[in-house]
Parts: sequence; structure tokens; C-alpha cells
Amino acid sequence: MNDDLILLGHGSGGKLSHQLLDELIIPNLSGVPAAGQNDAALLNIGGVKLAFTTDSYVVDPIFFPGGNIGDLAVNGTVNDLAMMGARPLCLSVGFILEEGFLKSELARIVISMREAADAAGVAIVTGDTKVVPRGKGDRIFINTSGIGAVEHSLSINGAAARVGDKVIVNGCIGDHGIAVLSAREGLEIDSGIKSDSAPLNGLVTELLPLGDALHVLRDPTRGGVATTLKEIALQSGVTVKLSEENLPVNAGVKGVCSILGLDPLYVANEGKLLALVAPERAGEALAIMRRHPLGKDAAVIGEVTESSAGRVVMETMVGGVRGVEMLAGEQLPRIC
Amino acid sequence: MNYQDSFRDKELVQGLARRIAELTRGRKKPLVFMEVCGTHTMAIYQYGLRSLLPPEVKLISGPGCPVCVTPNGYLDRAIALSRLPDLTITTFGDMLRVPGSSSSLMEERAKGADIRVVYSPLDAVRIAAANPAKRVVFLGVGFETTAPTVAGSILAAKAQGLSNYFVLASHKTMPQPMAILSADPDLSVDGYICPAHVSAIIGADAYRFLCAEYQVPCVVTGFEPTDVMQGVEMLARQALQGESRVEIQYSRVVRWEGNAKAQGLLAEVFTPFDAPWRGIGVLPGSGLRIADAYGEFDAELALPVQVEELKEHQGCLCGEILKGKVAPGDCPLFGGKCTPESPVGACMVSSEGTCAAAFKYGR
Repeated sequence: MNDDLILLGHGSGGKLSHQLLDELIIPNLSGVPAAGQNDAALLNIGGVKLAFTTDSYVVDPIFFPGGNIGDLAVNGTVNDLAMMGARPLCLSVGFILEEGFLKSELARIVISMREAADAAGVAIVTGDTKVVPRGKGDRIFINTSGIGAVEHSLSINGAAARVGDKVIVNGCIGDHGIAVLSAREGLEIDSGIKSDSAPLNGLVTELLPLGDALHVLRDPTRGGVATTLKEIALQSGVTVKLSEENLPVNAGVKGVCSILGLDPLYVANEGKLLALVAPERAGEALAIMRRHPLGKDAAVIGEVTESSAGRVVMETMVGGVRGVEMLAGEQLPRIC
Repeated sequence: MNYQDSFRDKELVQGLARRIAELTRGRKKPLVFMEVCGTHTMAIYQYGLRSLLPPEVKLISGPGCPVCVTPNGYLDRAIALSRLPDLTITTFGDMLRVPGSSSSLMEERAKGADIRVVYSPLDAVRIAAANPAKRVVFLGVGFETTAPTVAGSILAAKAQGLSNYFVLASHKTMPQPMAILSADPDLSVDGYICPAHVSAIIGADAYRFLCAEYQVPCVVTGFEPTDVMQGVEMLARQALQGESRVEIQYSRVVRWEGNAKAQGLLAEVFTPFDAPWRGIGVLPGSGLRIADAYGEFDAELALPVQVEELKEHQGCLCGEILKGKVAPGDCPLFGGKCTPESPVGACMVSSEGTCAAAFKYGR
């Protein structure tokens, strides 16, 4: 196969994305921390600890049940900061607009960005707008960057998982990916599923008092829960064992996945987090989540069983055991 | 518990596993059952069913993934078509990554070809109707399950008077490769887990000749874990009692005579031909091409194109894997040179492919 071309799969968040980063982008940029696998960079500027992150949004369609590209762009960057345990402070926004895009649609998007920023308690303080000729873009692309304050001395990161940790998710998985897919031209399935797009910084604030027991926070966006857990298992050098029986999945998501032959473990989320917590505080973490509006369906979905291998395995709902790998190529193109 | 969940009941599945273990306990040579449908392959891996079976029962995968058995030459023709001006290729997503002799549709799309993923051939007809200045080609691959919808799309295009809709047809039919495998002296299959969707169309009667000529038990089985496990139990009972007959486990969907309307569509629009199968060779009467009466919709006839010289991939054991003679992990390319991101052989491409399922779930 010709490997000279960028393919859609390079943007899937799965293995091809990792290969592109590790083989081409990171080695050619100076100052990027090795592997660059956390959601944001941690900076120490004049004794002040900050988290800094950036993300671009190319979702298709731009309006979908439960949200649009604008609130997604705010929530996604807020969540990347929150996953480092940082308090999001401010965001930038860059718009790339295609000639001919409707002002009324841009207004809807901008207003929902403001509403999302208000809900997350962050300010959008700087930005940029570019317009490209018709046919040179796809209606609208948005980039958001964000800065957050790190006000604790915890080491929350993907390499901090330990044997015994419980894996907790704050609710049903796959809603975002299925909501976007259902709204896509040519499918238009009336699944009733809405995107879970939401800011998770409030929930993280509630979890931070767990202190040293809170080892890893990660939002399973592109590539879904499977890819994110595989990344954590590789970063931490551990084996994670999942229980399919305990995975919370909406009936509608199950149904659409069943029709289209998709696995909810690989479907994108935009308002979910995975927390790996020391076993003695896991019950408390679960209770905290369940008290929060964004965590009422929280569940313990697995645990770290071994200190080697970088594997994820799953006990299936019928009691069988199988391996779980990263998303290969694209499952649902352009969903965040 | 909803309707679907009742077929995924842990107690039921484990109860079936215990019964299979009791039935086969102490047997020296394992019973080998082959599934010939990619969706079964996926279900077996996805639910971890092999891990529930005793060592006396071995499940192997056969030529049941339609993408996997589509030969290089077909891909090369589709790629050549995609390079024509004002031409749109429409296809199910899995075909994008299948390597042809020197390229893939995904690479051609990255280079600028207009290649669109659709979820139904009727979507391709809609694209043709909406773009009269374009020629729209649908890649018609798949077994008896998908072929009727493709036949329907041709009838729809004719009814709408479209002259810009074409199908590049390479449909395959299932019973013939099962006969070839049954006659293969190097392969000892003790029973077939017969495909569910295909059987819903062709009917369970279609497998009777296999039982009569090759004395091999056949059970038409559904895709849920309780279905597969019950199918295995039924096969084990037959095999141990020295019987060979067709049974329907999936009686909630499959009838002995099949679906007459779908069979009628196939007979109207397609005609059988000697089809090439990737890794297996040409099997007499095992394919469906577009009938002469609908030749104007046949991309192969209506859109002549220069196709590159066929090159097979060296070292790839897809053919042996499709025949169930080699397990994915035994191929020297598996997981190294051949991965789902960069597949060498077709078994690694489709989500229904044996190697892709083994890579994703089996390690």
C-alpha cells in the first residue's frame, strides 16, 4: 500500500492517528513532551502551574441532536483541560469559514458557543476568522485553544494507573457518535439519541478531593472507550479488564450499533470521562459522580489487573473473554 | 430484559456451554465446525465464545466475508473506473480499504476521485438521479443477502429512466464453496454453521445436497450468542451420532423454502456465472452477473476501461485462511506487515474478515 498520503483514518483518533503523531509530527517538532498522549500540556510559568490545550472541530453534520459544532468546540477544549485536573480559565477560537456559508448559521453557532462557555464558567477572550474560497473548505471548521489553572499537586495522567484501580465511567457510552451518525445525510435514523456534549469541569472539581486516590482522568472522545483505555494501558504498562455486563449503554445506541454493525466501545463521546481510582476510594468516587447531574448513570466498568503488557481485555456479557484493541482506521468519520 | 437481550443471557449461554462439554467430553480428535458467514465470525470473536467451548470443539472460519473473497481484479477495475472523469463510485465502506494490485479506493479518494460511502444501493440511485451529468457506479459485492437489494436498485433506476446508473457486479452465492471445501481431502469439517441472512433468502433446503453428497451436518444458525452456542450443540449431537442432515436453529427468521420474492428479483436481474474467488479460484456457477436484458446497467459492459495488470500479494495466506486450513495467527504477515490500518490481504480489511476479527478481539 502507498503510505505517502494522508487518509481520513489518520484523523480517527485511533492507531493511524498515533502513528502519524509518533512517526512524523512529534519527532519533527521541538519542545513537545514525549508521546504527547495527555489531553493538555502542563506548564510552569513563573511558579504558576497551567494547563494548555488546543483542538479543531470538523464535525459533519454541523448541527446534530443535542448540539452543534460550536458548543462541541467549547466543551471539548474545556474537557481536555479538566482531564488534567485543571480549572479552565479562558479559550481562544479560530473560525475557518467557506465562502457562501450562511450568516444565520454562524450566528446560531456563535451563540451556542457563548452559552456553552457560560455554562462551563470560562471566557472566550481572543480569536481569529478566515474565509476560504467555495469548495476549499467544508462550510465551517473551528479551532479552540484553552488555558486552565492547576491548583493542586496531584499527578493525574495517563501513565498513573496502578494495579487494583477501578475504572469508572460517568454514564452511558456512544451517545455523541450515534447522534451525529443518525443525523448524517443518507442515514437519517430517528434514533432519539442526543449527543452527550457537556462540560465536565464541574464534575472533576467534585472528584479532586479524592486526592492521591485519583490516578487517571481521560475523556473517551474519538476512538471511544476502547481506544482511550488501550492508550492508558500502554502509557501505564498495565492490563485493564473490562466487564461488558457493567458497561452502561442506552437501548437506542445499542439498537443503532446493532443495525450498522458498530461496537459502542469504539463510538465517540463528548460528555464522558473515565476515572481510574484507587480501590479503597472507588465507592466514594462513584457516589460523587452519581450525585452530579452529569454522572447519574456512572458505573464501575472494570479494573486494572496486572502491572504489565499494556493490554485491555473484556469479559463479555455471556462470560467469554476477548481482547480489546484500538480503533483501526475510521469507524465513523468526522464526529468531533 | 428486552427481546435482544434475551438472546444474550449469560446463564443460557453458559448452560449450553456445559451441555456441549458434557456431550464431547473425552473425545480425542476435536470436532471441527466451520462458520461460513462473516457476521458469525464477528459474533464468535465479539462474545468470546471460543473461550467458553471445551477443547474437544474447534470453530474455524470459512469464506464468508464478501469483501474478503472479492478478487484483486475486481478492485483494479473499480479503481480504473474511479479515475474516469465525471464518474462517482458509490460503495459500502468496507471496500474502501481493500488493496487492489497497486492501490486502493481509499488512496484514490485521497488523490481526488469522487468515491462515496452509501448505506444502501438505493442511495446510489438517488445520487445518480440528483447528478445527471455524472455517471454513478455502485460496487455490487456480497452474497445472496445483499444481491436482491442491488437487483432492486437496477429495477428502480430503470423505472426512473436513468441512463447514468451502473453496477459493477461481483455477487457470490454460498452453497458452491461449501461443496468445494467439503470435497477437499486436506480439510476435515465435521459440520457447518450455515449463514443466517443468506439462508433467509435461499432457504435451508439449499444445503440438503451437502448432507447427501458429503455426509456433513448443517445447522442454519442465528447471530446471537445463544443462537451460535445452540447451533454448535446441534452440530455436535449430529456429528456424534453419525448423522448428517439440515436443521434450522434460526427458525424465527429462516424457512425451508426461503424468500420467494427475493429469489424472484435475483432470477430477473442476474444470471449465474463462473466467479473467481480470492484465494480459492474460479468456482463454477458461484457468481451472479447482470443479465443481458439489463446490460445497459452493467458497468463492465457499458464503461470500458483499461485495467492494470493483476499482481497478487506475496506471502499472503488469505486463500488458505478463507478455506479454513490456516489460522490467522499462523500467517507470517499477521499483525506485522498486515494490520487493519495497512492490510495486505482482504481478510484483514473488512470488519467481518477472519484476520481483522482475530486481530481486534482475539489477541
